[in-house]
Amino acid sequence: MQQQAQAAAEESVAKIHVGAAVREVGMKVIFAIAAVIFVAAVLVICIYLFARAIPGVSEIGWINFFFGEDWALGMDLFGIGTLIVGTCLSTVGALVVGVPIGLLTAVFMAFYCPRWLYKFLKPLTNILAGIPSIVYGYFGLKVVIPLVRNAFGGAGFNLITSSLVLGVMILPTIISITENSLRAVPKSYYEGSLALGATKERAIFRTMFPAASSGVMTAIILGVGRAIGETAAITLLCGNIAQFPTSLTDPFVTLASAISSGMGYSSGLRLEALVGCAAVLFVFVLIITVLIMLLKKKAR
Amino acid sequence: MAKELVLREGEVDVSQIVPINRQRVSDKFHAYCKKPGSFTMLILILLATAITLGAVLWILLYTAIQGFANFRFELFAWEHTSSNVSMMPALINTLTIAFFSLIMAGVVGIFAAIFMVEYAKSTNVFVKIVRIAAETLAGIPSIVYGIFGMIFFVRMLGWGNTLLGGAITMAMMIMPLIMRTTEEALKAVPDSFREGSFALGAGKLRTIFRIILPAAVPGIISGIILGLGRVVGETMALVYTAGATLDPAYPSGLMQSGSTLTVYLYALINEGNDFLGEAWAVATVLIILTVIINGLAEFIGNKLKKEY
Repeated sequence: MQQQAQAAAEESVAKIHVGAAVREVGMKVIFAIAAVIFVAAVLVICIYLFARAIPGVSEIGWINFFFGEDWALGMDLFGIGTLIVGTCLSTVGALVVGVPIGLLTAVFMAFYCPRWLYKFLKPLTNILAGIPSIVYGYFGLKVVIPLVRNAFGGAGFNLITSSLVLGVMILPTIISITENSLRAVPKSYYEGSLALGATKERAIFRTMFPAASSGVMTAIILGVGRAIGETAAITLLCGNIAQFPTSLTDPFVTLASAISSGMGYSSGLRLEALVGCAAVLFVFVLIITVLIMLLKKKAR
Repeated sequence: MAKELVLREGEVDVSQIVPINRQRVSDKFHAYCKKPGSFTMLILILLATAITLGAVLWILLYTAIQGFANFRFELFAWEHTSSNVSMMPALINTLTIAFFSLIMAGVVGIFAAIFMVEYAKSTNVFVKIVRIAAETLAGIPSIVYGIFGMIFFVRMLGWGNTLLGGAITMAMMIMPLIMRTTEEALKAVPDSFREGSFALGAGKLRTIFRIILPAAVPGIISGIILGLGRVVGETMALVYTAGATLDPAYPSGLMQSGSTLTVYLYALINEGNDFLGEAWAVATVLIILTVIINGLAEFIGNKLKKEY
């Protein structure tokens, strides 16, 4: 009698243990599946982009596609040379505007900013990051373009306008990452530099910046990543003319804006050419991701 | 009798140096005059900050002024007609897509973060692959998501433009953001919590759901709210997946098309000069939403954060 009860009790304990173990392992598997979904998402995007892009580009001809200077979907001209150049130019323009302002603002926020101003400035830069890009585009279209038109002549749809707007759009990324990496440098570096007689500015630019260099590089590369793929704002500002701009006041087109303005034609080979543009952008992003991972490794 | 101080070359009279904590503005100014390089940098730093501040305030205030000048109550009428140009259906579509994409991205992102922090070792190859995948997803431009969504959901699965296609595309976009913020929140929970729970006999699962997740809730929620901000601000990924239309209506289900507020703004702008005022009003609503979402994320992230 007693033995039976004990056996029953042992059995139920064993059941609980088995149940708990199943639940533990089951949930672990579910958590792991969630992590696998990330890899699966990247693979699916990769496969579908390249499966559509590669046959299309082969049909167009690889050299025609990458180095062709004529892009006109309506006339079945699929050379993205001007698009790649336009993308690079608008990215460089954004960096020329955004990087100096962003780095110096980050210095102000990390070393000069009084607390009352910081409480005000920090949320404002976060809001700058959150403003939808289509709003930047509309602001650029209605406010910046007339100003540029008055100052430099031309239609205003050019590199100057897009650099100004895109430069402001990448500011928050550059400011927040640079500020964080400057704050992560041990304070003793700064104090040591001051104690050796350096001025505050010399201490910041000769001691703190070199120490934070990998963070600063990450900030700039992330800014590049945002500028390369920006679509909604640039489509409204670049003029959408596929040509090599010969001056700052010439209209141009980027890969992203060519995709968005070409979607009206999207079928057959034209769609495949657009997917090809998207695949090129995707490769750019992969390169940027690898660069950032390398920098992070170096920072450790 | 005080001895006359004779300075040899290269020596400095220490008594002349004002300690840094006693320096007044005029002292600092004199010091800067001797170092023109530093003074220039200071001026540049102040100038850059002024430009940043000026740009933010200019965009916010200009848009708000234009928006309120064009404000009409009809813009928020329940039904959209071509005469009232109401943005209400677009606003509701935004919330619908945000709701479904946040549920999907929230579950996947939070579970993946739990796996990365609580189960996997950081030297594991699989963990590295997941991390590269997350970084890649975070970097893909929205137009590429848009193209992908179009060839996958719209064309290949034959759904056409649907809210669900848009929501899944958005979920893929914001998963990495939610995973990263959740990971940070989980890592901020001290190990003594885990050890204490194990010592009391709790299993790993119970420890995660009863001890660690509740302690990490503020960080996780502020990540989800930032994800909401991304969805509200997204245009190009939704134009080709959920569809863009000038007269948004209420879709009868998830498999119907519907444009969000940003996409509606995109359609208004592309319409040319007919809807300039309405476009400013929509832009203002978007900016107000951005400010509210940012404020909420900051409030929940900072004010509710407990110090351990």
